[in-house]
Amino acid sequence: MRIGSARQTYAADEAIFKTNVQRLWFAALAVALVLLPFVASDYWQLLACLIAVNVIAAMGLMILTGFTGLVSLGHAAFMGVGAYTAAYLSNHVALPFWLTIPAGGFVAAAVGAIFGIPSLRVKGLYLALTTIAASFILQSIFFNWPAVTGGARGLSIEPASIFGHALVTPGAIYWIAMPIAALSVWWARNLLRTRVGRAFIAIRDRDISAELLGIDLLRYKLMSFALASFYAGMAGAVWVYLFRVITPESFRLLESIFFVAAIIVGGLGSVRGAIFGAIFMTLVPEFLKIGASDLAPYWPDAVKLLSPVRTIVFGALIVGFLMFEPLGLNEIWQRTRRRFALWPFRT
Amino acid sequence: MNPAILDFIEFSLAGLCVGALYALTGIGFVVVYKATRIINFAIGEFMMIGAYFFFGLAAQAELPNWAAIILALIAAGTVGGFLERFIFRRLIGESAISVFMVTIGLASIMVGLVEIAWTADPRSLPTFLPDQPFFVPLGSAEAFLASKNGWSFIIVAAIMAAFITVFRFWRGGIALRATAADQQAAYSVGINVPGVFSFAWILGATTAAAAGILVGSISGISSAMGAIGLSVIVVVILGGLDSLAGALVGGLLIGWLEAMASLYIGGEYKQVATFVILLLVLVVKPYGLFGTHDIERL
Repeated sequence: MRIGSARQTYAADEAIFKTNVQRLWFAALAVALVLLPFVASDYWQLLACLIAVNVIAAMGLMILTGFTGLVSLGHAAFMGVGAYTAAYLSNHVALPFWLTIPAGGFVAAAVGAIFGIPSLRVKGLYLALTTIAASFILQSIFFNWPAVTGGARGLSIEPASIFGHALVTPGAIYWIAMPIAALSVWWARNLLRTRVGRAFIAIRDRDISAELLGIDLLRYKLMSFALASFYAGMAGAVWVYLFRVITPESFRLLESIFFVAAIIVGGLGSVRGAIFGAIFMTLVPEFLKIGASDLAPYWPDAVKLLSPVRTIVFGALIVGFLMFEPLGLNEIWQRTRRRFALWPFRT
Repeated sequence: MNPAILDFIEFSLAGLCVGALYALTGIGFVVVYKATRIINFAIGEFMMIGAYFFFGLAAQAELPNWAAIILALIAAGTVGGFLERFIFRRLIGESAISVFMVTIGLASIMVGLVEIAWTADPRSLPTFLPDQPFFVPLGSAEAFLASKNGWSFIIVAAIMAAFITVFRFWRGGIALRATAADQQAAYSVGINVPGVFSFAWILGATTAAAAGILVGSISGISSAMGAIGLSVIVVVILGGLDSLAGALVGGLLIGWLEAMASLYIGGEYKQVATFVILLLVLVVKPYGLFGTHDIERL
C-alpha cells in the first residue's frame, strides 16, 4: 500500500501504473533495456537474449499455472513445436522471421489446445502427470519424423534477416527477442484485467464455483492451454533464431521442469514473478559456471564438480523457495519496496 | 512351435518380470501417497540411491552381499524417514502442487549428490542372483527367461506377499490404512498420525530401494537411472494413485505393454506407447483403473 495515492475511480484502481514515480521507474527500465546491447559484452548479450526467450515462455506458463491453476510439465515440448515450425517454414517456405515467429506460436497453440483436452476430465496432479505424456509424445514426434524435424540430427536454419541484412550475433537477435518479451509481458498484464483473465483466476481459485458463475470451463481451460502454448511457441521460434540449430534434445522434460521451477521461484500468480523467475533461473547456472572457472586455478576439481553442483543448486532452489519463501522472489521484491515506501515506519 | 508365438511368449514373460519391478516400486509410491497424499516424483531417485548404497557397500566396502543389501535398505529407509521428518512434515497444509515440486527438487538434489559421490558413469552391481536361466516348458518348445528377470519376479512376489500380510493383519498396517481413509478420525481414535507418515516414507523408500537394487542388478546403475521413475509414475496413474492393487495390476500391465511395444513397434517407441495408452485411459477413467474418486464439495 502506497501512502498518498488514494484512488477515487475504478479506472484509477485498475491502472497498471498508479503513480508518476512508477512511470518514471518504468521509463528508466525501458531506456536501460534499449541501451543494454550497446554496453554489454557478447556473452551478456547472449544471456540477455536467453533471458528474453525464457521470460516469454515463463510468462506463458504463468498464465496456465499461475493464473488458471493448471500445472503443466510439457511446456518445453510446446516450445519445441514452435521452434520446429519456425525452422521448417524458414527452410522450406522461406518465410521471413516476422512471419515464422507468430506462426510458431499459432501451431504450438493448436497443439497445446489438443493436449489440453484431458484437463477437462483430469484435475490437479493427475493433470500435471498427464502433461508429461504430452512432453514424451511430442519428443518422440521430433525424433521420428525426419521429413519435417530432421530426426535425431535436428535442423539448422539460416539467420533471420531484415532488408537483406542478416541478424547473426546475439546483439542483433536481441532486437527481436527483447521487444517480443516486452510485448508478451505487456499483453499478459493486460489480459489479467479482462474478462478472460478474471475467468482464469476464478477457475484457479475454485473451478466448480467458477462453473456455477457461468464460466465455460471447457472453453477457458482450452483457451488457457492455447495461450500458454502460444507464448511457448513464440519463445521456441525466437530460440531457434538465436542458436540456429535445433535437436530434439533441446526440449526435454528437464526444460519443462525448469520453467515450472522458474515461475515458482519467481512467485506464482504474478506477472512480475514470471520475469524475476526467468531472469534468476537463467543467471544462477551462469554464475555457478563463472564461479567454477574462477575457482579452477586454486581447486582443480571445481570444473568437474560444476555439473553435479548445478543439479543440486537447481533442486535446492526449488525446495528452499517452497519451504522458506513460498511466494517467491516477487514477495521479496514487494517486501523490500514496502520497506522503502513506508520508511521510517515498519510493517 | 511357431517362432512368432514363441517370441510373443518370451517377450511377455520378460515384460511381466520388468512389470513386477514396476509394481514393487509403484507400491513404494502408493504407500506414501495413501498415507500423506504426496506425489513422490523422486521415486526413481529413491531406487537410484538404494542401488548406489548397495554398490558402495558391496563393491567398494566389500561387505558380503546379504549384509550390503540389508544395510542399503536401512540406509535408504533412513533417508526416507529423514526427509519426511525435516521437509515433508513442515510442508503439511501446503498446496499439493508445491509439495509435488519439492519432490522434484529433491530428485535433482539426490542426482547431484550421487554424481559427486560416485560420478555419473554407469556401473554394474555385483551379482547376487543365481545365473541359471529359466526354461518355461510349453508343450513341444521351451521359452527362455533370463535368470535375473526370473529371480526378481520371485523376490518381488515374496515382498508383495509380505506387504499384503502386513497391511491386513499388523497393527501398524491397519493404522496406515485408517490414516489413509480419514486422517481426523484416525487422530481421534488415538493413532499417531505423524508416526504413520514417517512409517509410510520409511516403507516407501525401502521398497523403492529394494526395487532399485533389483533393477540395478539386471541393467546396471547410473545417475540417470531415476528416469525409470517415469514408467513407475505411469504405472501408478494408470492403476489409480491410492490403490495397492492398482499398482500391482498397472505394473504388470505396463511392463507387458512395453515389451509388446518393443517387440511389434520398436524399442524406441515403448515409452511413448505407454504414455499414449495412459492418456486414453485417463480420458475414460480420470482416476485410473482402481483409484478412489474424489467427491468435491463447495
